[in-house]
Amino acid sequence: MQVRLHNPKRDVEMTGPLRVTELVRSLGLNRESVLVIRGDSLVTHDETLHDDDVVEIRPVISGG
Amino acid sequence: MKCKPCGQPAVIDIPRHRAAFCAGCFTTHCQEQVRRAISSHRMMGHSERVLVAISGGKDSLALWHILVALGYKADGVYLGLGIGDYSDLSRDYAERFASSHDLTLHVVDIPTDHGFAIPEAARATKRVPCSACGLSKRHLLNRAALDGGYDVLATGHNLDDEAAVLFGNVLQWQVGYLARQRPVLAAAPGFARRVKPLIRMGERETAAYCVVNRIDYLVDECPMAAGNKHLRYKETLNAMEERSPGVKATFYLKFLDEMLPVLDDVAAEERALVGVCSRCGSPSSAQVCAFCTLVERVATSSAR
Ligand code: SF4
Ligand SMILES: [Zn+2]
Ligand SMILES: [Zn+2]
Repeated sequence: MQVRLHNPKRDVEMTGPLRVTELVRSLGLNRESVLVIRGDSLVTHDETLHDDDVVEIRPVISGG
Repeated sequence: MKCKPCGQPAVIDIPRHRAAFCAGCFTTHCQEQVRRAISSHRMMGHSERVLVAISGGKDSLALWHILVALGYKADGVYLGLGIGDYSDLSRDYAERFASSHDLTLHVVDIPTDHGFAIPEAARATKRVPCSACGLSKRHLLNRAALDGGYDVLATGHNLDDEAAVLFGNVLQWQVGYLARQRPVLAAAPGFARRVKPLIRMGERETAAYCVVNRIDYLVDECPMAAGNKHLRYKETLNAMEERSPGVKATFYLKFLDEMLPVLDDVAAEERALVGVCSRCGSPSSAQVCAFCTLVERVATSSAR
């Protein structure tokens, strides 16, 4: 599956099936600090992602 | 996971509420959190005119959307900071939201109106950009609310912002700052009432609210924020939150209930010290207010 990351913006390939919690953890991210979006909808942490999914991991922490 | 209120498939889980929600129930939940914050802190009434500080980011656009949904008469004000592409882009997001929702957005541009940009002001004062930026925002947003005849100025500070500020204030025992860290600051001569209706929503929730309601916001952060203290405090708090869901909310919301009443006297003492700025007439505890001092420093440093 294609995973879009921010700061810096880049795409990485991951192999499914993969649970959202595992994806977030494998990238060294805190689940409190991101949203996971498949296509254009949010997914919960227990969801399983597959090879043909397009996923965005969007940071939600603002510094202002 | 299933939506707690209705049993449909959920799109977001909120560990601290031990609940997951579908899109519709999540929207209702967020609006209810804001309604509760407004009523329990008596922030404002439906007949009042509200000015919302809009940055083009998730918090301010979610706030504007929710206030309108709750039936408030809310206009927006966008403050141009002169931070390169970030400012141009964020203004586009703010204007697009206003026009697509048929709302009024005022624009105040610091470079146009005051002749400097935030990065320049930071260099001139040899302080971090966020400090020049923060004091400019406080001054100019207050002025925009007063000049526009609004009853109240609403800002998009969320639970994570307030918990991080509280953490910083406690680490250094800034008692004066603690006494003033309130969800409502009452109007006073020269000050519009200021309210923070998002104090019961975490920033993951404000971002999710935007995604679920198709609110297009600027995801990229202000380039000046990188590595600032506020972000480090949020990281620390989130590391704790991941292990003990709810610690952030308890830390901040209990501060409001248990600690602020104890600090009432300190807040009153602080208020008694406030006079007026000899340049612009704004309330200030110094002879010349922080904003006028900043404007002056930028002018002398660019004259050199
Ligand atoms: S990160 Fe700092 S400089 Fe950028 S908008 Fe926020 S307060 Fe201003
Ligand atoms: Zn539901
Ligand atoms: Zn002044």
